[in-house]
Amino acid sequence: MQNMKRKLFLVLLTIIASLFVVRVVFAQGGTPGFPTDDDVNRVAKKLYCPVCPNTPLDVCETKACEDWRAQIRDQLSEGWSEQQVIDYFVAQYGERVLAEPQRKGFTSLVWFLPLTAVLIGAGVVYEILKNWQKQKTAATAVSSPPEISKELLEKIEREIRELD
Amino acid sequence: MIADIGLIALAIAFVFTVYATLASAYGGWRGRWDWVESARNASLLAFPFLTISVIAVVYSLYALDFSQAYVYDVSSEAMSPFLRVTALWGGQEGSILFWAWMMSGFVAAVLLRKWERDRELMPYFTTTAMLTTAFFVGVVLFITNPFTRLWHIEGAAELTQAIFQPANSMPYFPEDGGGLNPLLRHFGMIGHPPTTYLGFTGFVIPFSFAIAALITGKSRGDEWIRTTRRWTLVAWIFLSIGLILGGRWAYDVLGWGGFWGWDPVENAMLMPWLTGTAFLHSVMMTEKRGMMKRWNMVLIILTYSLALFGTFITRTGVISSVHAFAKSALGPAFFAFIGLTFIGSVSILYQRWDTLKSEHALESFISRESAFVLQNMLFLAITFAVFWGTIFPLISELVTDTKITVGPPYFQKATGPLFFVLVLLMGVTPLLAWRKQAVRALGKAIWIPFLASLGIAGIWGYAHRMHPASILGLWLVTVTLSLILAEFWKGIQARRATRGEDPFTALFHLIGRNHRRYGGYIIHISVVLIALGFIGDASFKLETQGTVSSGESLVVGDYQLRFDQLRGYPGSDGRDIVEAVTTLSQGSGEAIRTLNPRRDYFVVQEQPVTVPGVYSTLGKDVYVLLVGWDDGGQSATFKIYVNSLINWVWIGGLMMIVGTLIAAWSNPGQWEATYVLKPGALTSHPLPQES
Repeated sequence: MQNMKRKLFLVLLTIIASLFVVRVVFAQGGTPGFPTDDDVNRVAKKLYCPVCPNTPLDVCETKACEDWRAQIRDQLSEGWSEQQVIDYFVAQYGERVLAEPQRKGFTSLVWFLPLTAVLIGAGVVYEILKNWQKQKTAATAVSSPPEISKELLEKIEREIRELD
Repeated sequence: MIADIGLIALAIAFVFTVYATLASAYGGWRGRWDWVESARNASLLAFPFLTISVIAVVYSLYALDFSQAYVYDVSSEAMSPFLRVTALWGGQEGSILFWAWMMSGFVAAVLLRKWERDRELMPYFTTTAMLTTAFFVGVVLFITNPFTRLWHIEGAAELTQAIFQPANSMPYFPEDGGGLNPLLRHFGMIGHPPTTYLGFTGFVIPFSFAIAALITGKSRGDEWIRTTRRWTLVAWIFLSIGLILGGRWAYDVLGWGGFWGWDPVENAMLMPWLTGTAFLHSVMMTEKRGMMKRWNMVLIILTYSLALFGTFITRTGVISSVHAFAKSALGPAFFAFIGLTFIGSVSILYQRWDTLKSEHALESFISRESAFVLQNMLFLAITFAVFWGTIFPLISELVTDTKITVGPPYFQKATGPLFFVLVLLMGVTPLLAWRKQAVRALGKAIWIPFLASLGIAGIWGYAHRMHPASILGLWLVTVTLSLILAEFWKGIQARRATRGEDPFTALFHLIGRNHRRYGGYIIHISVVLIALGFIGDASFKLETQGTVSSGESLVVGDYQLRFDQLRGYPGSDGRDIVEAVTTLSQGSGEAIRTLNPRRDYFVVQEQPVTVPGVYSTLGKDVYVLLVGWDDGGQSATFKIYVNSLINWVWIGGLMMIVGTLIAAWSNPGQWEATYVLKPGALTSHPLPQES
């Protein structure tokens, strides 16, 4: 029984390990046909067309973008890593080719400000609720529950009866 | 001739709108009711004159009067009569005229219906609404006039566009026009602009009433809210339909396999929708509890300013390049007007700030009131994140002279967590009582749906354990949905117990008794369904691309797509079509159906349009694009997306319309019920007293 479990464990371990191996091989580009269209698109997805407004490079249909994708393919087949390709594009065409804005320099403001806004917003919510609560203690001190006299109630009753 | 009539009508309408603005302001200021009456008449008259102007443009588009620059731009011989008419909103000049016309129609409808009921608000309502209308009519008349003609000046190489004949010129009559942009020839893009504009212009009604309430000092009461509730709902649902149609158009036409790309133009429309949704909720707090009056004002001012901002972005192209801004007078004019609207309304609000105090105090942090405040703040935070991401490229270019892109990853990361909390709140808030919610009772109401959602999400998550990120999203959807459905269940059970109705009758009566509440719940369910579509898009999307020869297959997920052949033929509307015949099969190879992804080439416009072949089911869409082919047609390149759950976005959209119709429907007997009191009821059961 003990042996059986150990065997099973080993089998599982082998499977998991082999998965890793496949991944590593894949990443190194040893698989036949590398780089495929999918490999190119995976990188192109993270880039924006350097010339057309707001078009990701993997879906852009212009001739220029086709050439850029071909360039990515060449670079990948020469063994460049994904990051190297992206860095190359940034160096060539500027920050605007990045789909995700950087987190450094002036551009970091795009990330920083919404986060600050959320924190301030949370503070404002707390303040508002606190304020409303204070109003309660102030209100209960002065106002008494509205009183409806017996006569008024009877008058309303009379009028309702007349309505029918 | 027809164009001249349109132009004259436009000029007259402009005079009327300016007069109505000034006369109503003077009448309101001096208390001169005769001036206000006169302003009303002028406002009512502006609409028929604008209508004449719109008809003139539509007729010219239909009859192909190419001597008009606008007709030459967007209409052509090859277009069907229907498409020619829709070209009214296919370009800038027509769009803004169309917008001004609809706004004028909305204002006229209010002036006809509400004149006696909200007499005190009417002078400044008219001023505010007609000022905006006058601005738009003015822009059409002086900056982007659809009646501009083409002229050929002697010796000039290019044609001149002018309304009146320049010196030494001859009118020029082109043989055929450019025609509508091929990408716009789709039902989504035919329905999207009118619905969007109806949404944008519709918000002028609550906005103008809010400003009138502030100026007259009537903002303390909530009459203006009751008056505008249904107008706001109408504006909101049109904006929602516009968003969904836009998404559908992008999905069918743009050929990137998605429906929402966080493009500046999409964001421009999403922002007023977000603040408008917040406004719809905050007015409920004012109606029920006399709270959040300041929020209402801030939200409606923001919504309207953002609607103007949206038009500004889409119409001037300022985001894609700062330089587009200075190309025509349109950018500066809009910029100045948005500034005026925003600063003007905020300063009026500032003067009345102290009168807008809350009438009631908060009794407990665990109450519906707190949830509403939180919910409003979340909407504002999301709006800010979207706004900031949309304008940041502009700021970056102005400040550091570097162009940058703020793409989907930013928006997903910045708004995703906020949307998550918001959807969760949507499920929980209806369970919270006003004033104070006992925690024990809340726990009792929540635990069954909560456990059920954990169970379902667990099973579902196990089945899709390859996508761990999706489990949280799936749990969110299940818990919110089951909380809302539990509300229906409770209502039905109560009716069955007290009246012995069968479940269907009970459901029908339940919705019928309280349109607002259950209409609202149905809208909430629709939002959950749309969220499901977004989760599918974010977590389960598969894609592959490859080149195959005839007879070979591409594999994605457990689908195979076999390329059979390529064929070409001429299509309607002046296009050449290249179509691939492919066979989609699943699993071990049984064929499901044939898909025909296409590439339509519009000859005159020299523009290709990709038409996907789609196999659509409730669970998944297999979406195939023809990317390219070799000359002999022996091999072709395809891109295949498997889009999970995407159809729930459209189903949710339809459901949202149904829910809004129910919520906007006035409840029969809602007001009469006030009088159904039995004699003796009051003295024997004293009214519960406010504590």
